[in-house]
Amino acid sequence: MVGIIVIIFLAAGIFFMSTGAIGLLRLPDFYTRLHATGKCDTLGEVLIITGLLIYHLFHYPETPLVPVKLLFLIVFIFLANPTATHAIMKAAYNTGVKPWKVGDKRM
Amino acid sequence: MREVFLVVGLLIAFTILLSLYRAAFGPGVFNRVAAVNVIGTKTIVLLVLIGYYFERPYFFDLSLLYALLNFIGTLIFAKYLERGEVWSG
Repeated sequence: MVGIIVIIFLAAGIFFMSTGAIGLLRLPDFYTRLHATGKCDTLGEVLIITGLLIYHLFHYPETPLVPVKLLFLIVFIFLANPTATHAIMKAAYNTGVKPWKVGDKRM
Repeated sequence: MREVFLVVGLLIAFTILLSLYRAAFGPGVFNRVAAVNVIGTKTIVLLVLIGYYFERPYFFDLSLLYALLNFIGTLIFAKYLERGEVWSG
């Protein structure tokens, strides 16, 4: 039962991370690529680490302090990943990277 | 469950390979920095999965360290590309 829940979490995380990677490859310019990866990767990683945390709680109950590390990792990813995306996007906007419009060539 | 971790780790490695195309051929430096950031955040999850596959919890410390270094590196790259210098008073 716990295994099924863990597999559902891992599959959802893999789905979101694949969507982010495909968006990074397929979308036409820099801003839309970061729009795809900034959210999909954060959610996918948090889902995968949540599944592993549930697995650890039920399979290794003798070491209850290791999931705290994973909890720190989840909180840090939720804080840091959108911040890094925002910083690199603001730097690109201030240095004059133009957004893509309909009809332009793919950049 | 170890086979599941192996399959998920291989799929994450495949998405890293897809992102590596944008890091290698992406037009302009911003695409490359963004792709390197994406690869780093995928590597965090890959390290945690490796820790469960080999049943060694020390890899979680490595993934925490990698998360911190990736975040700081991306912020410094953004600041350098915007202003042309890292330390500005």
